[in-house]
Amino acid sequence: MGMRDVKGNSPALRGTYGIRVNEAAWRAINALKLPKFAHTVFWWFYRSLAIVIFLLLWEISARLELANPVFLPPFSKVVLTLYKMALSGELAKHFIISAQRALTGFSMGLLVGIPAGLIIGWFSKFEYFIDPLMQIFRNLSVLALLPVFMLLFGIGEFSKIALIFWGVLWTLILNTVAGVKSIDTQLVKAARAMATPAPLLFALVILPGAMPSIVTGIRISATSSVLVLLAAEMLGANRGLGFAIHYYEGQVRIPQMYGMIVVLAILGLLISYSLIALEKHVFRWRQKVGVGE
Amino acid sequence: MANKAANGLLPGIISEGIPAQGTASHHSQNAKIVLRDLRQVFHLRNAEKNANEEFVALDNFSLSIGEGSFVAIVGPSGCGKSTLLDILSGLSKPKSGDIHIDGKLVTGPALDRGFVMQGYALFPWRTVIKNVEYGLVIKHIPKKQRIEICKKYIDLVGLNGFENRYPSELSGGMCQRVSIARSLAYDPKVLLMDEPFAAVDAQTRETLQDELLGIWEKTKKTIIFITHSIEEAVLLADRVVVMTARPGRIKNVLDIALPRPRRAADMRVSANYSSISHRIWEMLQNDDIPL
Ligand SMILES: Nc1ncnc2c1ncn2[C@@H]1O[C@H](COP(=O)(O)OP(=O)(O)OP(=O)(O)O)[C@@H](O)[C@H]1O
Ligand SMILES: [Mg+2]
Repeated sequence: MGMRDVKGNSPALRGTYGIRVNEAAWRAINALKLPKFAHTVFWWFYRSLAIVIFLLLWEISARLELANPVFLPPFSKVVLTLYKMALSGELAKHFIISAQRALTGFSMGLLVGIPAGLIIGWFSKFEYFIDPLMQIFRNLSVLALLPVFMLLFGIGEFSKIALIFWGVLWTLILNTVAGVKSIDTQLVKAARAMATPAPLLFALVILPGAMPSIVTGIRISATSSVLVLLAAEMLGANRGLGFAIHYYEGQVRIPQMYGMIVVLAILGLLISYSLIALEKHVFRWRQKVGVGE
Repeated sequence: MANKAANGLLPGIISEGIPAQGTASHHSQNAKIVLRDLRQVFHLRNAEKNANEEFVALDNFSLSIGEGSFVAIVGPSGCGKSTLLDILSGLSKPKSGDIHIDGKLVTGPALDRGFVMQGYALFPWRTVIKNVEYGLVIKHIPKKQRIEICKKYIDLVGLNGFENRYPSELSGGMCQRVSIARSLAYDPKVLLMDEPFAAVDAQTRETLQDELLGIWEKTKKTIIFITHSIEEAVLLADRVVVMTARPGRIKNVLDIALPRPRRAADMRVSANYSSISHRIWEMLQNDDIPL
């Protein structure tokens, strides 16, 4: 189970921009022989075309009142509301606390998960012993544990951060372990033949060797950390994006609710692109595989 | 034995050493490396019989290797050549017997030996220069000096201008050069090489052989070189150790008295070279390997 996620196809390996550009359209744009600036503009326009069409459809169907106008306000109205919320500081209030929670939980997960994964992966006998338990923890939905965390740690900041920490930890550990196990034994042999002491072996061979798999783990767990955060905030918080969505829905302030969802969508996009950038950096020695030999 | 009679055909070129202990004492005055009675046993699980079995991979292996000499080891596949090199590098311990280098007992890996492994074993996330630098980092050489030394060895193996490439951007022959440069860079006195040129084409192989001879003449390292190619062994080595399988033992030790400097292209047309190679080939043929 655990192994399969690790091999998940990475956007960085598929193409420079994750989503492959439609060949024909790409060639058509190239054929126009635009100046570099116009070319870039054109390219970004093409890149965002699908999103623009989607938003237009939203706008039109809301204006035509295809759905109940109370429950589906037009996109322009949502943007306007969002703008007002940004000015009043309401947006920042929710956004900052959510970001704090997610980042704290996530970086704690990294700090614990990666070293733990490196060590567990290295001692294969221990890994064999601990793996079943870790598999259970990883595959058990964090949401199911939400009440447990609230009972144990209350409904304060700590329980939310702990929940995110838990939610990312096992994926990070298991992916790191898989990364360590995938390292070419010849490389370890070479390093040991050069009398590499244990701490340097981890720093110079094990960690970089496991890095591709670790980055995959980071990508998977970053997505799940946002999910966990929202759930935790919806159930027990008085600030945060998850709380806000739930709160505005209850207040029937629907444009505000949609505004929060849009913020989340943008956040998701940002996370996704920064992770692709990270992957590109980590994979730079791998990218040209097939060209060299 | 038939071997003894055949020896007469090539007087002065091959002096057939008596395997094992005899050779050890013969060279022991200025011996760099002394291998004494090495034995390696692997424990295997036999699923059919549901029992643990012992497999003797190396037995009664004694050899004395002079400072600055070039020793090649040939033998059938599975006769324990890599097993021997693992022990020499300190990566594994023999079941019994011991190795002394400069009179000091080998207890584990150290930077006094360089190990060039068959599959290059380059770190794919390190560039050429970073790979060559590795042993120097372990040796705590300051950064500035490290770069100087790396440049020198990259130059020596003819990889100028490729310093910042990743291994995935190099050909097999180039990877092999990097691997050699990496082992040379931290200046080990002994170089252990396990079929280093097995994976490259004939042309590249010849170039690499000539380069290795040049490096050896320049650096005066003691080299232990494993190969499947008899011609390669004869071309490169002062002494060729012929092994037999099951258990892995020394069958013969031959001194190759061909003049130096040797170059691959000249050797191909040398009659002595061919007859020695043929002689070793016969030895390996006579080896009645089970299976
Ligand atoms: N870790 C191990 N466990 C069990 N048996 C082993 C192990 N390593 C090697 N052997 C066995 O020991 C014998 C010698 O292996 P070794 O790798 O030294 O052979 P070799 O002479 O290097 O062969 P080749 O020329 O094919 O590389 C083989 O029969 C192999 O199956
Ligand atoms: Mg071998």
